[in-house]
Amino acid sequence: MTLSILLVVSAALFCIGLLAALSRRHAIFILIGIEMMLAAANLNFIAFWRFGPQPQQPTGVMVAIFAIAIAAAEAAVGLALVIAVYRHYRTTNVDELDQLKG
Amino acid sequence: MNSAAFFIIAILTIAAALAAASLRTLIHAALSFALAFVGVAAFFFLLGAEFVGLVQVFVYIGAVAVLIVFTILLTRRDVGKDRGFNWSGVVVAVAVFAGLLWAILKTPMLSIAAPPIEALTVKRIGEVLMTDYVWPLQCVGLVLTAALIGALILVMEEKRE
Repeated sequence: MTLSILLVVSAALFCIGLLAALSRRHAIFILIGIEMMLAAANLNFIAFWRFGPQPQQPTGVMVAIFAIAIAAAEAAVGLALVIAVYRHYRTTNVDELDQLKG
Repeated sequence: MNSAAFFIIAILTIAAALAAASLRTLIHAALSFALAFVGVAAFFFLLGAEFVGLVQVFVYIGAVAVLIVFTILLTRRDVGKDRGFNWSGVVVAVAVFAGLLWAILKTPMLSIAAPPIEALTVKRIGEVLMTDYVWPLQCVGLVLTAALIGALILVMEEKRE
């Protein structure tokens, strides 16, 4: 197991998240895609910490822990927004939310 | 580090992530999402960051996946409608993946093996968190409180007058 194969796995995870965020129309799928991209970034932080020159300094681990906390806050607010939008418009399809279209 | 375990976890994670991105039933996609995050947590365990792996399991499978399932239940009436699929997103994702793959495989410095390290204990993480990273920790606490209040205000029923 080398660093580059780990980075390839993380890039694949990021691109699957990007695919979900760009091509699905359901708001919950978009949030799932964003969470996947954040997880891929965390995997990169941990991988570079483990393979880096100073693994005694837990900097990468700290950044990953903080990123997980921020991702949890983002998911909570995002899902609350999905519920609030659903209450107003009775839809979660992001293509139908075009009130601001000029 | 075991390379057979690595490939099994990698295949499981990528397959679960693909299922989460492409399944049409929302609840199946949410469960595949949880499985993909189990795979990511297994990667953290394999890399020697056991604490981050545990946090990943608690936060994502314990909280975020349950939150997603609850949101699916609360927006249930909308699930039956036909969903479109935007194929230009596939093109963009494949192009980004090709670019990243080219950059990773072109860099010779990245094909190194992991140096041996002593295990990172939870005691050490706690010490660092309370000394060097105490201000970021406080800021994260503030952000989490604000997110909690914001989410509550967003989902509160509006008063009818």
